[in-house]
Amino acid sequence: MKELTKKALDVVKEMGASYGDIRIVETRTQTIRTRNGNVDALSSTRSKGFGIRVLYDGAWGFSSSSTLTEDEVVRVAKEAVEIARASASVKRDKDVVLSPVKPVVSKWTSPVKIDPFSVKTEDKIALLLEADRLMADRKEVKVRIGSMACQREDKIFASTEGSYIEQTKIETGAGIEATAADRGELQRRSYPTSFGGNWATAGYEIVEKMRLLDHAERVAREAVELLTAKQCPSGVMDIIIESSQLALQIHESCGHPIELDRVLGQEASYAGTSFLTPEKLGTFQYGSEEVTITADATLPGGLGSFGFDDEGVPAQRVTIVDKGIFKNYLTSRETAHELGQVSNGAMRADGWNRIPIIRMTNISLEPGDWTLDEMIKDTKEGILVATNKSWSIDDKRLNFQFGTEIAWEIKDGSLGAMLKNPTYTGITYEFWRSCDAVAGKDEWELWGVPNCGKGEPGQVAHVGHGASPARFRRVKVGVGKW
Amino acid sequence: MVDKKLLGRENALDVIDKVIRWSPGDLTEVILRSEFTALTRFTKNYIHQNVAESDYRVTVRVIFGKKIGSVTTNSVDDDSLKQAIEDAAAIARLQPPNEDFEGLPEPEPLPDVNCFVPETASFSAKDRAAAVKEIVEIAKERGFEASGAFSTGSAELAVGNSRGVRAYNASTYAALSTVMAGEDGTGYAEASGRDVRELRPAEVARVARAKCEMAQNPVSVPPGEYEVVLEPLAVADLLDYLGRAGFSALAVREGRSFLTGKLGQKLFDEKFNMWDDGLDPRGFPVPFDLEGVPKRKVVLVENGVAKELVYDYATAKKEGKKSTGHGGFRGWGPMPTNLFMGEGTATLEEMIRATKRGILVTRFHYTNMAHPLKVLITGMTRDGTFLIEDGHITKAVKNFRFTESALRVFSTLDMIGREAVRVERTVVPAIRVPAFNFTGVTEF
Ligand SMILES: [Zn+2]
Repeated sequence: MKELTKKALDVVKEMGASYGDIRIVETRTQTIRTRNGNVDALSSTRSKGFGIRVLYDGAWGFSSSSTLTEDEVVRVAKEAVEIARASASVKRDKDVVLSPVKPVVSKWTSPVKIDPFSVKTEDKIALLLEADRLMADRKEVKVRIGSMACQREDKIFASTEGSYIEQTKIETGAGIEATAADRGELQRRSYPTSFGGNWATAGYEIVEKMRLLDHAERVAREAVELLTAKQCPSGVMDIIIESSQLALQIHESCGHPIELDRVLGQEASYAGTSFLTPEKLGTFQYGSEEVTITADATLPGGLGSFGFDDEGVPAQRVTIVDKGIFKNYLTSRETAHELGQVSNGAMRADGWNRIPIIRMTNISLEPGDWTLDEMIKDTKEGILVATNKSWSIDDKRLNFQFGTEIAWEIKDGSLGAMLKNPTYTGITYEFWRSCDAVAGKDEWELWGVPNCGKGEPGQVAHVGHGASPARFRRVKVGVGKW
Repeated sequence: MVDKKLLGRENALDVIDKVIRWSPGDLTEVILRSEFTALTRFTKNYIHQNVAESDYRVTVRVIFGKKIGSVTTNSVDDDSLKQAIEDAAAIARLQPPNEDFEGLPEPEPLPDVNCFVPETASFSAKDRAAAVKEIVEIAKERGFEASGAFSTGSAELAVGNSRGVRAYNASTYAALSTVMAGEDGTGYAEASGRDVRELRPAEVARVARAKCEMAQNPVSVPPGEYEVVLEPLAVADLLDYLGRAGFSALAVREGRSFLTGKLGQKLFDEKFNMWDDGLDPRGFPVPFDLEGVPKRKVVLVENGVAKELVYDYATAKKEGKKSTGHGGFRGWGPMPTNLFMGEGTATLEEMIRATKRGILVTRFHYTNMAHPLKVLITGMTRDGTFLIEDGHITKAVKNFRFTESALRVFSTLDMIGREAVRVERTVVPAIRVPAFNFTGVTEF
């Protein structure tokens, strides 16, 4: 591959590009889905290709192709420069400048205990079908789904500045869900979390740890119980959020607004901008003293972990919110320069055919010193919500609303009735400022979100979030007419 | 000039024939896609991202009895195809039979729809930059900043199976959108189509600019129930949810749809008509679905009465019906793909004049389904939200969150715009609704 990367970089330099990089990426994915007792999908996908990114006359160009031949590399390299030339015809008042990064020659492989591709497909199917069978007893359960997937990505990054980095990353994920319907009501329950279950940069060991079979019967039962559960009340009350829903809350209300490309307007036409404008850096009170949030691309097992980002910047741990104060953005070489900083390594591309953009790594709420039990005991009136069902947030990431699969009443320090259709809403910083309790390390879990969308053309990123249950005071719940 | 990177009908069908010939399966299905797309993105009046892509993808399904293995590869040389077939056969053999599998469709005559416009296929980075420049100049005249994206591309889709289906279509695609931003308000407009010449960048820019001018100095109005006038972009968002949540035959059979047990009933306002038509050139025409079945027009709602559902091959066969050409989403079941809503008689002006105190919504943002049976949707307004008082737009307002049922919207709407416009794959008019539930407000 070295000859191809060298050829590409030589061509762009000859054509006058001031910077160029090439990524050659091969991705292999296996997906298994069971539905109502059948193997509904068993598929394997391979995608391979390369993308060349150049700076010419101070503007960006990118082109990519799935045909890995020298002729095509030359054609695509030339096209990338042509495209950059077109960009330069509608240019900013200043050229793109990249903050410095030390060129590296390196290899990185994600740690894996059990290679998920080595596990027999029959065994994976058998596990999902057994979970399916355990969910099948109740006639109200109309749809039972089991899913499992693994992915291996082999990637080479080479730049005109002398970097040559080879990385191999293996990810695995699995989950089950039951949808129950009866008499005009429809409810879903899933495990370990919704939308395809949990994911990690790890091997099959993560699936074994889930113990899907131990939870299948409960998932089906709760889906059915939800059909006749009490409607979540409307009002302002204390809420305790379980770890996987809190992961989504962090994702939408912290992860996205700290992407510096968004802040600088680069996503303005699509996903939007951010309320965390640069003058707030270092001073803005994002949350209460209990709230410390980190971005850590080095977390073992994190779905947002890697060795180097797609600009060759090494993985890092950065404090985003320190005891409530907003401290750092996620940055790229270009955007960091705008703030007089160097990149903290958050640039990732969704495959060979996309440019790198700023993506979350593992954005986590650091553990506090409560326990979930203590929080419940300490709450006079409120609800405990769990497992994401719907999400929505405005284009500056201020006004959010979440729905969860399930909730329970809390009255005078103990858990009460199950509630259906829970929703809660708020304004990001008011909400995080109302956080007065975070559970400790023992209840802290790392979640993988494999479906974060951003950019045009669309890119899907795999990111991680760690959280333990936390309590928020006086939150608006039960939104809308039910 | 036809983009020479496209495989062309003969070569594409040749790949399909080869794979079917080499496959050991009792049944075999092949889907071939090629894609040549490019996108120019701009922000704050300059181009900041500019990309292109060429890709081929082949998905092979090898079937033994009711055991199915599926492999996708983006290498289309003979060795890679043979490997894909072998892998698909191997994983098919590993599994228990899928009792829900109903076989593969037989060939049917395919409609002749032209989806390919050479001017779109040959549209270059330079052409897109020129259009962006035009938009940027229009923004600068008022001191605004334009952001947006302009994408163009060509694609091929070929579907074949061992029962004789051979379907091929070449298509082009163009989409342009812009957000214009002033001091404290934004405006948006977009255009899309198979023919890039229909997009008219300057017109799109002027609509966004006019919205942006009106959107400055927004005031905060308390949330609550308001009369609303929803422009086509907002209507399309709600209509898509309604279509997906309700009109899949599989969802209805499984009790996941609000239409379960209610087909043939009047569930909507009698002025409300909705259908799916993959062949109407006012939308994004496409002759067949991912199973190679021709697209049929399906009347979903007629004069407020829920009429028909969309089917894929398996769902149709189970019910002794014919696929409507809405398949290929596998376990997700059939889905509407090309929705149309019938026009009414009102102008936007008349809808505003009929409103005593209400909100004019340009578009929604980040909508999500809170409850599928109620089609309860939440989301934000964005890029042009205005207060209407006594029949006139009086001021810009800060953006609202809404939490409202699409069933209620389309059963209570009282005016429908007389012109339906293309919003990507959905073609809709503006509407007026006497009561719409805004449940929150944001800071801008
Ligand atoms: Zn996201």
